[in-house]
Amino acid sequence: MKRALLVLAVLVLYVLHQDIWFWRTSRPLLFGVMPIGLFYHACFSVAASLLMWALVRHAWPKHLEEEIEQQERAEEEPH
Amino acid sequence: MIPAIFVFIYLAIVVYIGIFAFRRSKGSHKAEDYFLANRSLGTFVFLLSLFGTNMTAVAILGSSGHAFTNGIVTYGLMASSSGLIIPLSIFLIGTRVWALGKKYGFITPVQMFRDRWECSHIGTVIFAVQAVLLVPYIIIGIMGGGTTLSAISGGVVPFWFGGAIVAMVVMSYVFFGGMRGTAWVNTFQTILFLIFGLIALGVIGAGMGGFTNAVNALEAAPATAPLLTRERISPYYFLSYTFVPLSAIAFPHILIFCLTARKMVQFKKTVIFYPLCILLIWLPCVFLGVMANRVGDVPQIRAKQEARRVLATQGKTMTPEARDELRERAAGDDVILLLLQRYAPLWLAGLLGAGIMAAVMASDSQILALSTMFTEDVFAFYGGKRRFGESVQVQTGRIFVIVLTVLAYAVALRAPETIFEIAIQYAFSGFAALSPLMVAALFWRGSTKWGALASTVWVACAVLAVAVFQQSVAAPAPGPPLVVWSVGATEVLARTPSGTSVFGFMPVVPMVLVSALLMFVVSTLTRKPQRATLERYFSNV
Repeated sequence: MKRALLVLAVLVLYVLHQDIWFWRTSRPLLFGVMPIGLFYHACFSVAASLLMWALVRHAWPKHLEEEIEQQERAEEEPH
Repeated sequence: MIPAIFVFIYLAIVVYIGIFAFRRSKGSHKAEDYFLANRSLGTFVFLLSLFGTNMTAVAILGSSGHAFTNGIVTYGLMASSSGLIIPLSIFLIGTRVWALGKKYGFITPVQMFRDRWECSHIGTVIFAVQAVLLVPYIIIGIMGGGTTLSAISGGVVPFWFGGAIVAMVVMSYVFFGGMRGTAWVNTFQTILFLIFGLIALGVIGAGMGGFTNAVNALEAAPATAPLLTRERISPYYFLSYTFVPLSAIAFPHILIFCLTARKMVQFKKTVIFYPLCILLIWLPCVFLGVMANRVGDVPQIRAKQEARRVLATQGKTMTPEARDELRERAAGDDVILLLLQRYAPLWLAGLLGAGIMAAVMASDSQILALSTMFTEDVFAFYGGKRRFGESVQVQTGRIFVIVLTVLAYAVALRAPETIFEIAIQYAFSGFAALSPLMVAALFWRGSTKWGALASTVWVACAVLAVAVFQQSVAAPAPGPPLVVWSVGATEVLARTPSGTSVFGFMPVVPMVLVSALLMFVVSTLTRKPQRATLERYFSNV
């Protein structure tokens, strides 16, 4: 279930990248200088970072890490 | 000349970093130590160097130049999509490649493909296609270095000498420091662009008397108002561009870099902070590129705007050669440098110039990757390591670095820059279309070497076809594309002012989709690797 939600979150964020709703307008100007289309994509970058945090926290391939740690321990043992 | 002195100090520092890395390796002759820094990079160096490896001159000079011409769309087109796709692919693919490298000792992607699909010469074909797509980067890096050094010194340092200095510096720290030196230099370079990018934004903003007036003036003028929206780019083109960052995980230098992490935990902060690093570097560059359109007292910027205006109003009646010449004059790759010269004090322009130099010199990783690939996938694979030993293999890698840099410099002196800029455009699409190989190798046990060969041959042919098409059909003037082939009312193939479109999409879209389809169909029809091989990659076979 958690995994399915994360996959859905990735797909939703990908779709949100295609923000056709701000295509032809520069207003509102955020902080008086930043066109909304640019501000939206700056926020998108922050959202991407949050999504990566969620992936790292909830879908980290621990089994790979553990396999390598086991192998390293096995290599060290004879010494 | 003062800015050039700062740049020379910067160059001396990076050579020293390379030599320091060499000393740190204590003269080790192990291939893993030279090519992968002994798989020992910690979190901070891994994040910043991996990011720095991916941020070439395109990030600072190219992004501001693109934004100068096309407006704020540049950020969504190139930066925010990369901020999603690249860390996601590092999370899904980079971690698995790291684990396999650690488990089976792989140093290059082709070594993994050969093992995974039980092939030998097909691996060599993949190596050849990767190498051909990578070479233009190295050449353009040297050209960019020569051009930037010449511009920063006000022409005192000629292009040939600037290129030679950059080539020597990159060659030195890659030769001595190998992956460790390259990673440390990339870390230093990333810190430079992060700090100086933000300083540049502040200094130029203050020099222009704040950005509010500039934005309002841009919005009020009909010629510049579209730069604050995305109406100059079609939504199809925008969607197509999200396929381009798939290239990052197929680039050999990025994959090889993924093998350098000490522990898998090093990937965690890298994937989380990657989108934020992109934001910190690209946002100021794109914003300044757009703002440059309001700078009326720099003659070079006015000349670019004039060339753009003539191209838009009279382009249709001009010869293709005249249009190309105007396009070159209107290109804004040097607008950041021009803004710095105009608004920053000399000493600061020097420091910022060093930061820009850092971006331009990002060809180090590609040189090292090609050297690694040559020594591992060709020299060692065809018996060199067995016959001459590991020490000779490392020396061969070092000699390869020298030969490659000298050849790249010789080509950079003779060939026009635009050829390589175009080649890089194809290379991005080519590597993106090679990404299904990586996905199939890691996630689909049914994939076969013949599927991999079919995808690779397709990529080579498609890149060549797009190149031939763009060379034989001249780019039209700004406006509607030149339709070359249509079926009924559907536009199949067209030449656009900036490239090619297939069904309205960039060529990268069909290239990736057909590559994935070929991998699937051909693999389904051909014999799978042995069960024992599959068990090494998929525990639940």
